[in-house]
Amino acid sequence: MLGLGVDRLQADINRLLTSLFHQGVLDEQFLQLQQLQDDTSPTFVYDVINIYFDESEKLLRSLRLLLMDREFSDYKKIGLHLNQLVGSSSSIGARRVRNVCVAFRSASELNNRPGCLRGLEVVEHEYHYLKNMMHELFQLEQQRLLAAGVRYPM
Amino acid sequence: MTKEIADEVPNLAESKLTALVVDDNFVNQTMHHKLLDRLGIRNDVVCNGQEAVDVHCSGRNYDLILMDMEMPILNGIQATKRLREMGIESKIAGVTTRANEGDKKEFMEAGLNDFQEKPLTISKLLSILHRLDFYVQT
Repeated sequence: MLGLGVDRLQADINRLLTSLFHQGVLDEQFLQLQQLQDDTSPTFVYDVINIYFDESEKLLRSLRLLLMDREFSDYKKIGLHLNQLVGSSSSIGARRVRNVCVAFRSASELNNRPGCLRGLEVVEHEYHYLKNMMHELFQLEQQRLLAAGVRYPM
Repeated sequence: MTKEIADEVPNLAESKLTALVVDDNFVNQTMHHKLLDRLGIRNDVVCNGQEAVDVHCSGRNYDLILMDMEMPILNGIQATKRLREMGIESKIAGVTTRANEGDKKEFMEAGLNDFQEKPLTISKLLSILHRLDFYVQT
């Protein structure tokens, strides 16, 4: 009976992932990331996603500081930050974040400050949605591992 | 699923290939390092083209270099030119998320042996290895 908990949690994980793929939040590159997890690095997905979160938040903070400056004119720097975000989002399969970063980058290439501000808001929104979903996924995975560690009574 | 992939992915450890990952993005560094590890290829990671040059100046050498294009201090194009000027004959594969035809041409002309668009996957990496004669696909 205890195994049902594991099965139910696995079903919840599968449902969440299916939904995220269906919404376009994730793409097949996320599967590539999962496939790299193995016995030698059993928390690889979690580790890489956390690196992504750390790096992305630094970049988003920097972008916000740049754009909030009334004297701002360094669109090249905006572009460099966005190249980083596009690259890392692509690598983990964060498709929607990647796509809105590309749109934001187009605004920066036109030196369009209002466009950049809108772009930043959209990127922040998509990023936070992704982060919340990833936290939910990791919580379910953690619960599944704990449930799987419970032994059937003899 | 992981076991199925493990069964399909070749282990090239016996070939004793070595590689250098040159990328300023920590996510990509981690992914590319792991991709190479999975194939049994020992590899080091540096953060930009200048570090790639420095590591070669220190006497290290690699069979394969995965070179990102856009990096601070010394970008992939400049680093590739510098390494070729130094006489480094390693196979260099340029990898980037963003390259129009002009950028790709300039990168190739700097001295690349191959080019691949990110994000890298196991199959893309195997394609690079196959095209550079490190691996025979069966």
